[in-house]
Amino acid sequence: MGLELYLDLLSQHCRTVYIFAKKNNIPFEFKRVELFKDSILGRKMPGGNNPGHSREGQHCREEFGKVNILKKVPALKDGVFTLAESTAILLYLSRKYNTPDHWYPSDIQKRARVDEYLSWHHTNIRTNAPKTLWIKVLIPLFTGQKLPPEKLQEVMDELAISLKQFEEKFLQDKPFIVGSEISLADLVAIVELMQPIGVGCDIFEDRPKLSEWRNRVEEAVGKELFQEAHEIILNIKELSNLQIDPQLKEHLAPVLRKMMK
Amino acid sequence: MVVELFLDLLSQPCRALFIFAKKNNIPFVFKHVELLKGHHHSEEFGKVNVLKKVPALKDGAFTLAESIAILLYLSRKFNTPDHWYPSDLQKRAQVDEYLSWQHATIREKGCKIFITKVLVPLAGQPFSPETLEEAVEELNSALKQFEEKFLQDKPFIVGNEISLADLVAIVELMQPVGCGCDIFENRPKLAEWRSRVEEAVGKELFQQAHELILNVKNLSTTQLPPELREHVKQFLKT
Repeated sequence: MGLELYLDLLSQHCRTVYIFAKKNNIPFEFKRVELFKDSILGRKMPGGNNPGHSREGQHCREEFGKVNILKKVPALKDGVFTLAESTAILLYLSRKYNTPDHWYPSDIQKRARVDEYLSWHHTNIRTNAPKTLWIKVLIPLFTGQKLPPEKLQEVMDELAISLKQFEEKFLQDKPFIVGSEISLADLVAIVELMQPIGVGCDIFEDRPKLSEWRNRVEEAVGKELFQEAHEIILNIKELSNLQIDPQLKEHLAPVLRKMMK
Repeated sequence: MVVELFLDLLSQPCRALFIFAKKNNIPFVFKHVELLKGHHHSEEFGKVNVLKKVPALKDGAFTLAESIAILLYLSRKFNTPDHWYPSDLQKRAQVDEYLSWQHATIREKGCKIFITKVLVPLAGQPFSPETLEEAVEELNSALKQFEEKFLQDKPFIVGNEISLADLVAIVELMQPVGCGCDIFENRPKLAEWRSRVEEAVGKELFQQAHELILNVKNLSTTQLPPELREHVKQFLKT
């Protein structure tokens, strides 16, 4: 049994893993997860007695449930070994497949810089950037209600602070976060920042340094692969035709109501 | 030149670093940055960490923020025993997995309890029982996942020996304990794990690191300088 990666490219964390694996020619089986159809986010994992779910969908859900009880994507299955959390997956793949040094440099200070970014990212860019998708697309999709523009402005203001720190502390005047070559830090950052782009919040506009960094990252990854990974998020309008699992709607309602406050 | 660690032991990540460095006999200079006195806003500290947060490391000209990055850097530079960050690929991945997951779960919710129960009143603002209840509920949910996914029936998160994962977890969980929310009560498996971790670290070192947080009630008489009150208020808005 080969490496299996459970991914939904709508998720930025999945895109990082996807791009990294593809770029490094790591052989894997793409196990497609559709977050909103497969009730993966729901607490109740659909079992055998749920009417209206196809046998195939059900099988995938059970299989998936065994792989990752945190019920989030991305997830990895390598033989009997399962792993969640994109950072952990990226590092595991980089070690197992001996990827080029620049992704996670062996120099301990450069490596520390990647670790530093990956850690900071969690509580900054990762908490802000995705909210744009929720506010502009997902919450209206789930609840049928549009959010007031102030809500989006609030998020954009928070994101602006994170972006300022990103430019001042992490990027500075270097071509990439850890010097002259792309690393896991740049990859993790870029996919997160594409989330607001997908919903029409162009955070690169009026930020020339950031924009140039984006171009460099795209080129280092390969434009074709980058586009491929981002096709879903960049065509987010297709989502409005999405059929959402009613159990998921029910499960997410309290979460969404909190976000709308 | 000796490594400098900029710490305030009120902060969970600072405790993890303090314990790790001491346990592994890593020589360092303890640079005390008193958060409640606003030291982290000083220009001098800003040169060490422009993000103005503790912990921070200074190793010659090299400066570093983020406790996880610092822990890993120290483990590599000082060649600490393998069990802290196992060289076995899969075990290492399990440590990474915990360190990643905990940011938005155990850490975030533990912080929320500390902020609500201790910092908010210190900032002179009214205490909100609803916010505390919410935070406790969220932490309970995270603890459930911790026990089911990460700890399971193992002695430590990654098998038989303590690792960075356990260290990072325990210091975070001591925060609510210091605030009077005993999350180990009624959780025997978790309590046993805590005892094992304390023993692996060494009880004396563990107590030393946690003295401040376990006496945090004494802080109620500390008056926060106005700028810091403002800072806490800003912090509380997010």
